[in-house]
Amino acid sequence: MSNTKYILGSFADPDDMMHGIDKLQANNISIYDCFTPMPIHGIEAKLGVKPSRLPIAAFCFGALGTTLGFSLLYYTMVYDWPMNIGGKPSFAMPNFVPVTFEVTILLCALGMVATFFFRNHLFPGRAPRVMDLRATDDRFILAVDAKENADHALIDSLLKEAGAVEVKYNDRKYVSYE
Amino acid sequence: MGTHSHHHDYNFNERYEFAGKAKMFSIIAVVLGVAAVAIGLLSGDHVTVERTYANLLLMGYYFTCVCAAGAFFVALQYVTQSAWSAGLVRIPQAMASTLPIAALLLVVIVGLGLSTHNLYHHWHGEGLLDQNSPNYDPIIEGKSAYLNVPFFLSRQVIFLGIYSIFALILAKLSYKEDLEGGLTSYKKSFKLSAIFLVIFGFTTPIWAFDTIMSLEAHWFSTMFGWYNFAAMWVSGICCITIIVVVLKKAGYMNWVNENHLHDLGKLMFGFSIFWTYVWFAQFMLIWYSNIPEETVYFYKRWEPEYKPWFWLSIIINFVSPLLILVDRDAKRKQNVMLFVAILLLAGHWLDYYIMVMPGTVAEHRGFGIIEIGTALGFLGLFIFLVMSKLSKQALVPKNHPFLDESLHHQI
Repeated sequence: MSNTKYILGSFADPDDMMHGIDKLQANNISIYDCFTPMPIHGIEAKLGVKPSRLPIAAFCFGALGTTLGFSLLYYTMVYDWPMNIGGKPSFAMPNFVPVTFEVTILLCALGMVATFFFRNHLFPGRAPRVMDLRATDDRFILAVDAKENADHALIDSLLKEAGAVEVKYNDRKYVSYE
Repeated sequence: MGTHSHHHDYNFNERYEFAGKAKMFSIIAVVLGVAAVAIGLLSGDHVTVERTYANLLLMGYYFTCVCAAGAFFVALQYVTQSAWSAGLVRIPQAMASTLPIAALLLVVIVGLGLSTHNLYHHWHGEGLLDQNSPNYDPIIEGKSAYLNVPFFLSRQVIFLGIYSIFALILAKLSYKEDLEGGLTSYKKSFKLSAIFLVIFGFTTPIWAFDTIMSLEAHWFSTMFGWYNFAAMWVSGICCITIIVVVLKKAGYMNWVNENHLHDLGKLMFGFSIFWTYVWFAQFMLIWYSNIPEETVYFYKRWEPEYKPWFWLSIIINFVSPLLILVDRDAKRKQNVMLFVAILLLAGHWLDYYIMVMPGTVAEHRGFGIIEIGTALGFLGLFIFLVMSKLSKQALVPKNHPFLDESLHHQI
């Protein structure tokens, strides 16, 4: 039994890679993931990638921002230090709107960025983990889980048939920028 | 799922045929509209005549705004080098090509309203500038260097004339591109669009100040121009969406799919929020500072006969798109988009109604044969003119440099 964890097909052309996906799928070989240096339309649907749940996080952070912004205003303007501004009542709704709105947007945006970084393991100062360095440059990478798909020879030939310029057998999942 | 380009089955010479029920309905609507306006103008009752003029101004302005939004849409696509819209740009082009007629109609309405003293009598009337007259109004006198009939009318003619010329040239260049191909037309359109957008951006607020805000000439708000621009842009997007959906339901434009609809939905959603933003900014500043010369505008709109409609406008134009269109799938469904677009068009009619009526007929406002008839007449005219224009050219600019990208648009 080999120690190969992932088989990577490296393509020079996105159309060849799409062709590779078709071939693997036609042979019931599950695709672990796919890495490309640029967005490719239609690839999520082809790979069956579920829609991102980032909007849910955005909504939660937004709701938190609304609550915090409103509470801050209520505490300062109504409870802690009420002031007479233009003869208006302390709890005057219209002037609560802009600040509440801004804090909602702020927390929503920051929360989305934080969620995105957290989910993708992109912390400041941390070397990014990638499966193939050239996927950020000029290669289109198809990754197949070698433990789940036993017939490595078939995978190899299908990838090469589809036009892969290189097929790698990696014992480690990630390579890192060092 | 789609893999590669399967668009060979699109017929790029496809033409819309404007006939049958659609044409019939639009002509009947125009006839009904003319009848309603005639009933109003010939009623002999001063209040009813003024109400008819107010409705003519409302719909003339709305109609011109929507067509101008078509020209703005076309220019914006060139300047941003947008690809997604290439497949449906003939629709805003048809709206833009209708702009000269809409503009002419508006200038006639404004001119007649001024000369018969049914519109703008707040700054144009007997003795307003005469210190010995009981009607003397020092505020109006102070504004008379700007608000006087010759300057006012020339601004209308110049602004609308410039918009119309740019709209026609942009449409013409696109039709030329169909015949000749190449990038010459596109490059020219890009330059002209950039110039047009600058002119349009600076002049539409002034145009809104003139046409609508000067109905209550004592009151002023610098937000008013952008508030009107937002209403114009949302209703323009709604018209484009309705025409797209109706054409698709009739079997045309099969290259326009849910992705293009999604983009229209995002514009509709985003600019409804923008409309609310500007609306609220204008409201809040006036509410907060509480200066009588400013609050008078909202005071009038909070009279019992306007207050429910004032709030209904916010619910239709802000709350409904917010709740309905926030969902991704909703923006991709033809029927949902059609429903929201029609709702928003009705909502912005109400928006304009609340802008125009308190400053003209005030407590004599109504909702009856004149309002419905005038709206119906202009709707019929819009459908007749825009759809006739649309039927004169192929439904897609087949040599548009970004057409292929538009066909593959995916979001």
